[in-house]
Order: sequence, then structure tokens, then C-alpha cells
Amino acid sequence: MKITREEVARIADLARLELKEEKVEKFAFQFSDIIGYMDKMNSLDTSGVEPLYSPSENRSVMREDKAKKDYRRKDLLSSAPDHDEEYLIVPKIL
Amino acid sequence: MSRHETVIGLEIHAQLKTESKIFCSCSTRFGGEPNENTCPVCFGMPGVLPVLNKKAVEYGIKMALAVDCRINSRSIFARKNYFYPDLPKGYQISQYEEPLAEHGRISILSGDGEKVIGITRIHMEEDAGKSIHSSTENVSYVDLNRTGVPLLEIVSEPDMRTPREAVAYLKALRGILLYLEICDGNMEEGSFRCDANVSIRPRGQEEYGTRTEIKNMNSFRHVQKALEYEVGRQIDLVEDGEKVVQETRLFDVEKGVTRSMRGKEEAHDYRYFPDPDLTPLIIDPDWVEILRADLPELPIARQKRFVSDYSLPDADALVLTSEKDLADFFETAVAEYNQPKKICNWIMGELLGKLNERGLSISGAKITPGQLAALVRLVDEDKISGKIAKQVFVEVFDKGIDPEKVVEEKGLVQISDSSALEAVVDEVLGAHPDEVQRYKDGQKKLLGFFVGRIIKETKGQANPGVVNKIRSRKLG
Repeated sequence: MKITREEVARIADLARLELKEEKVEKFAFQFSDIIGYMDKMNSLDTSGVEPLYSPSENRSVMREDKAKKDYRRKDLLSSAPDHDEEYLIVPKIL
Repeated sequence: MSRHETVIGLEIHAQLKTESKIFCSCSTRFGGEPNENTCPVCFGMPGVLPVLNKKAVEYGIKMALAVDCRINSRSIFARKNYFYPDLPKGYQISQYEEPLAEHGRISILSGDGEKVIGITRIHMEEDAGKSIHSSTENVSYVDLNRTGVPLLEIVSEPDMRTPREAVAYLKALRGILLYLEICDGNMEEGSFRCDANVSIRPRGQEEYGTRTEIKNMNSFRHVQKALEYEVGRQIDLVEDGEKVVQETRLFDVEKGVTRSMRGKEEAHDYRYFPDPDLTPLIIDPDWVEILRADLPELPIARQKRFVSDYSLPDADALVLTSEKDLADFFETAVAEYNQPKKICNWIMGELLGKLNERGLSISGAKITPGQLAALVRLVDEDKISGKIAKQVFVEVFDKGIDPEKVVEEKGLVQISDSSALEAVVDEVLGAHPDEVQRYKDGQKKLLGFFVGRIIKETKGQANPGVVNKIRSRKLG
């Protein structure tokens, strides 16, 4: 299956990635290869096989509903590019 | 009847009343300082792992059981990918292919009798944070306190045919959430949110018309108004030979119209995939059975019981059971004093009237069920008149003091003692000799004048029955 440059550009846009022209070309080839490999796997008959959602054999682990406060706001905010000691500040949306 | 049939389906988001968030141990408390209830999981830091809150799953199962859903013994958490600053990870953990529960139903009462609405699915997900957009600077402020609060998304079948049915469905669903005590159901604060899918089609046609999605409806009244507007808009378009465009529209509360939110549409490609950080959620059937056995009586059942056990009219039973706290108030009062119809009348009239006037809910009121029962008893025992009782009620409602105490302190006890009343009757008759003469000459309608004077003389405390007896003896 052939992935077009337009499709690469759209996926890059959805992932908020800016791609140089030559990269778009390169990724179009790579994507096509990967999807081609998936097509090959899809040719197998898996109609009687349960879908595998997780490779882990573990059952879901759940925690009890107890609220805790382990982190200080000051420390968390300090990891952000910008804040005013209360809010995170981001480029304007909308 | 219109040539067009309306088709409405609703998506509800209900915040669950857990103590901690769905995938981390931060508090879910509403209000408070911005970003106070956050941690590296809320911030979407690299390397953190989500751990599912058992209580959130329990609440999801309870809701699923209450609306007759089939619970999937294995359900899958998925990533819904999109970028927005109030969702720092770049995806929301939700459920997609295998939700918690499917294929349920709920009975609603919308004035046209009982109707069953299908529930397509119920799934669990995390809430996003909140952003505030600066009006002066080119920035937005983000508060992640709400990030990770557990949500149940409840999706209905497109089974509703009028805005009124949609509101009845919402009320029924909210009632169940409140009875289960898993959501506080506050639409203004956003703990119970609703989006609607609306379309029209020629009556008799099987195939659905193009639908629009309506958002930003923060009260039952908004839902009603937004849907009525949207249905009218679509009918106008079609009758003018135009087409309905599939899009998301926001309800404008001020103008009462829906507006297109163009531009956001195109990006809707969420690229869902199973979240590798969470293993499939396996639900033990024994756990489901324990929760099923523990389900409380639900609103519709309680409403029917109020009609059969207390002989209340359907309409009164519907109002009383619409809020669990109100139904509990009624039943506690009846347990104190077994006069259901009278207690119901006081709740429907004075109590709901006052609550409305003060913008209070029953849980915020000072009056107790025992005090209301005591007040009704005082009237039945002729201690106070019905008129005085209304004055006493206001005192009890405002201050939460016992009605007996109000009556005693204000000296409002009804005067039934004949000798005391006889003196008042004599005084009134003595003060109005002309009227007495005219009455005796045949002007019988002066009767009301005398009784009014006597009641007024006793500040409303005279027992009207006793007054009447004395009066007829004296005047004939």
C-alpha cells in the first residue's frame, strides 16, 4: 500500500510536527513499507483468534479510593515553561 | 402534526463522587486553589503510570446495573489523541472498542406516559483540566485540578422524538445517579454535562437525517431551549430546499440560539488505540452480583410505591421522588406522624415554595422532617389554626426551631376555651350595636363581618368552630 505525501503531511499535522520537504518524502516511503508489512499480516486468517489488547498476562490492578497529597504545587509548576505560581501559562488558545 | 420527525440522542458525562482521581491519588475536591490537587500523573510527566481507582469502577458497574446494561467482563482502556493544553499528556484515557457496559434501557415519564429509551453504552474516562483565556494578553491559564476526575460517559440510542422527551430522559438519568449516590448531578458546576445529537427526517422515513451535535447546555431549561431552536432551524433549512451540515454547534445562552463552531471539525481524528499502560479491566462476576444485591430502590420504583403505599397522586409522587433527599424527607416525616397526604401537601406547597424562593435545596434547609410532622400534628390537634400554621412554618423554616417552641414563645396557641372567646364575642358585639340591630333585622351577610372582627381581635388565634358556636347562640 502506497502512503502519499499528503497523508504524511496530515499525520504530521495531527501530531503537531513540522517536517521539512525531504523528510516528507522519506517518511512517505517508510510509512508505505510499514503499512505494507501490516497488509501482509492482515492476509492471515485470524477470524477464530481473540484480539490481544495487552501482551501482559497480568489482570488489571486497582487501588483503593484514598486521596493523598504527595507533591507540592510549587515543585510541579517549576517544571513548566511558564507559570504565575498558581496557573500554568500557555500560548493563547481559541 | 409536522411533516418532520425529530430524532435526538444524548451523551452524558457524569463526574463520579470518588474521593480520589481515576488514575492517581489526588483529591477530586471542587474549588480550592488552582493546581493544588495535582501530581506528576496529572501533569503528564514522562514515566508515570496510571493506576485505576476501584471505587470508580464500582460506581460505573452500579450505574450500568441500574439501567439494565450488560457488563463486559473484560473492557479496554484506550487513548483518545488530541492536543489541548488542559490535557497535558496529549491524549485522554477513555474506552472505545470494549466499553464497561452496553445495551441498557431506562423508563422515562414525559407527560405522554411511560417510554423506554435505549442506552447504547457506558464507558469510563478521565476529565480534562480547565483553561481561562486572558482577554488582555495573548495567553491562556491552565488549572489541572479537574484533570483525572473520573467520568462516566453514558450514550443513549437516538430514541427521543421531542426536546421534552430529551429533558425527561436527562432528569431520569440524573435521578438514578443521585439515588445511587455516585454523582452530585450539578449541571451549573459541570458535574453532570450533556451533549445532544439532533436530526430531522420526513415522518415515516427509516433512514436518519444529517445530524448536528449541540454543546454548552448547562441546565434542563437550556437543553429544552437549545433543542427547540435547533429542530426549528433544521426544519427551516430543509423546507427552504437547503441541507443540514454535519457540525458541532454551541448553544448561546444569551440569545437562545445555536451557533456553528467552525474550524474545530476537521481535526476530529482521535486515532484511538488501546492504552499500553493499562491492562484489560477484568470484572469478577461475583463482584457484580454483590453490587447488584446492594442496589437501592430507584426513582421509578419509589414513585410507584409512593402512589400505592401512601395513596399520593402521580404528579405529587413524581415531584417528591425526583430528588432522593426530598423523598427521604417525606418518608422520615411520615414515620414521625402518619398523615402522608397532609405532609405531602405541606411539602408540595409551603416547603418547595420557600426552597424555590430562597434558591435552596432540601439538603440545605434548616427545617427537619420531624419539625414538619410536628407542625401538621399541631394543626390536627387544634392547637393552632391552619392560618397560624403558615406563620409558624416560616419561623421553623428560617430558624430551624421546633414548631411547639415557636407557638409557645409567640403565644400563638389557638383559643378554643369558650369562656375566653365568649368575652371577645361580647366585646365585639357590644362595640357594634348598629350592625347587631341590622343583622337581627335580616341583613344576614353581616355574619362575615362579626366573625372577621372576632378573629382579628384574637390575632387569628380564635378557633373558628368555637367562635361560630358562641356567635350563633348570641345572635341566633
